[in-house]
Amino acid sequence: MTDAFASSSTARTNEPPLLEVEDLQTSFIVGEGQDVRAVDGVSFVVKGGETLAIVGESGSGKSVTSLSIMRLLPKKIGRISRGTIRLRGKDLVSLPEGEMRAIRGNDIGMIFQEPMTSLNPVHTIGTQIAEVVMQHEKLGKKAAHQRAIEMLELVGIPEPVRRASQYPHEMSGGMRQRAMIAMALSCEPSVLIADEPTTALDVTIQAQILDLMRNLQAKMGMAIVFITHDLGVVAEMADRVVVMYAGQVVETGTVAEIFSKPLMPYTSGLMQSIPRMGEFEEKTRLQTIPGYVPLLTKLPGGCRFRTRCAFAEERCAAAEPPLEVLDSGRSVRCVRWRELDLKTKATA
Amino acid sequence: MTETSFPTPVAPSDALLDVRHLKKYFPIRGGVLSRVVTNVKAVDDVSFSIRRGEVVGLVGESGSGKTTVGRTILRLGEPTSGVIDFDGADISKLSKPAMRRYRKRMQIVFQDPYASLNPREKIRTVLGHALAVHNIGTSADREDRIVAMLEQVGLSGDYLDRFPHEFSGGQRQRIGIARALAVEPDFIVADEPVSALDVSIQAQVVNLLEDLKDKFSLTMLFIAHDLAVVEHISDRVIVMYLGRIMEIAPTRTLYHNPNHPYTKALLSAVPNPDITARKDRIILKGDIPSPINPPSGCVFRTRCPMAIADCAKVVPVPVEVSPGHFSACIRTAPQPAYGQLAAQDMP
Repeated sequence: MTDAFASSSTARTNEPPLLEVEDLQTSFIVGEGQDVRAVDGVSFVVKGGETLAIVGESGSGKSVTSLSIMRLLPKKIGRISRGTIRLRGKDLVSLPEGEMRAIRGNDIGMIFQEPMTSLNPVHTIGTQIAEVVMQHEKLGKKAAHQRAIEMLELVGIPEPVRRASQYPHEMSGGMRQRAMIAMALSCEPSVLIADEPTTALDVTIQAQILDLMRNLQAKMGMAIVFITHDLGVVAEMADRVVVMYAGQVVETGTVAEIFSKPLMPYTSGLMQSIPRMGEFEEKTRLQTIPGYVPLLTKLPGGCRFRTRCAFAEERCAAAEPPLEVLDSGRSVRCVRWRELDLKTKATA
Repeated sequence: MTETSFPTPVAPSDALLDVRHLKKYFPIRGGVLSRVVTNVKAVDDVSFSIRRGEVVGLVGESGSGKTTVGRTILRLGEPTSGVIDFDGADISKLSKPAMRRYRKRMQIVFQDPYASLNPREKIRTVLGHALAVHNIGTSADREDRIVAMLEQVGLSGDYLDRFPHEFSGGQRQRIGIARALAVEPDFIVADEPVSALDVSIQAQVVNLLEDLKDKFSLTMLFIAHDLAVVEHISDRVIVMYLGRIMEIAPTRTLYHNPNHPYTKALLSAVPNPDITARKDRIILKGDIPSPINPPSGCVFRTRCPMAIADCAKVVPVPVEVSPGHFSACIRTAPQPAYGQLAAQDMP
């Protein structure tokens, strides 16, 4: 079950996959010695140059997964309690912090929703990018600063020389996200983890940033792990999709598979609950998923989605369904998937 | 009425709310004497109307002034100038006590249900205040009213003695809606009411708002940046950019046949969850300019793919391009002749 949708393509060659997350479990201490598994047995593979989207709502564990890969979990309260994360076959979970620091930026870059929280407000953009470059490459101050300017130009920031001498607060949200991307890509990592990179941006600026990410990927060839709650962004950016719910992977597949024929009721429920633009018919009601995302401390037994699922039966409560891997390489966590014919759109 | 306003497509008697030439400037002070050095023109000459029972969507990006419009028409901020006609009376200059009886009729639902509920008050108190302030019911029957209201928004009356933190985001937004509706208003401003909610919860709250709107014959201004949600809920839609209205149209017309280049770009920028319908995208260059120093003439011209030199010269006049469909663009909505325009512009 842990090989979910992963190894089918990599088994043929001996080369280990670019990034392989296997049976990852990340726990947080909440209150008196109580452990909560924010990520519980998550597995997936990221292939070189592809875009893998991880979709989920709050509490799904999508962001904790990415922080686990970067080993950026809050110290003392968060830890990887099981599983492996391998970059080209090298395990990152057991890596000493010093070596992990070299991996961050060099091999795996990361951008966040709010660039203001990850940029240093007291240093200029140019200095910050140059610092990252100098940490990872043997470059002098001048050469590193020159690289910073080149990077700013690459991400489409006008007047890069002037902008390099500005502070983050002097930039707009869209410009800051561009600067953040420039910094994350300055050492040409092979994986870029983007955690809701456009969620805080206006829609016309979001379109610019998504376009930029696609162009940079075509130019530099890095893989992108795109974490988002927005199915529109997924449809537009992803090659493959991992759907998460309450800390687990509930479905995986190519973007075409997921959007044309979801197998898990949660995935189809999400698709039906979003209003679609340009399909205004005389007031069709939106389909809803009843109830609320369960708290991780109060998960229902059996399938974690069953309390909200329109197709739940007695056996759904009996045991937690495994993530079943299909011949096509897709995977699904639902005991009833064979019998169900799920929709992607609400019908009037 | 001059032609620089969007002419109202409804007969005045049908309109519950009629906003004319609304301006809201925020002064920026500077220097040792704290003189007003400039103004942020958050809302600049905005006119529109809302029929009784109608839901009008108001969309725009940051700095468009959409939230300021919502708050100013409720007099949660003083308008700089303009007329806010509510049910036949101009409320833009009413004193606080005089405004009071309108407050009961005009309510707001905020985006952030976490911030708009007092964390120390039980739900009983939160909703009880709303009734007490407006002298609704006797203290004896208020509890019944509160329970009835909670049930209307899909919550159990058992929740009366719970605190806001004991609820999920979606439930808190239901409480926010219950509070707004408890005083039986005619008109609701819903300011990004579902933006902070998870996707699977958004649909629940959108459906609830639609049900309540029908049940209580509400009139609503629905402010949001999510164009798909706005399309779903609105009868007509207003598109704002940098404090000005770019386009107003019946919903279907706006989404299927937009006229203004900004509306076209905005609609095309929305990521489409239908993988079979990939489309050509208009990607606007640059950032939204600062409202402190907006471009001359058409405020959108600096990012407009169709801009010409003339766009810098005049503020475009809204022109009716099809019934009830107004667009303010000299390129796509042919403007009246210059002489005529000047004449009409005179007060």
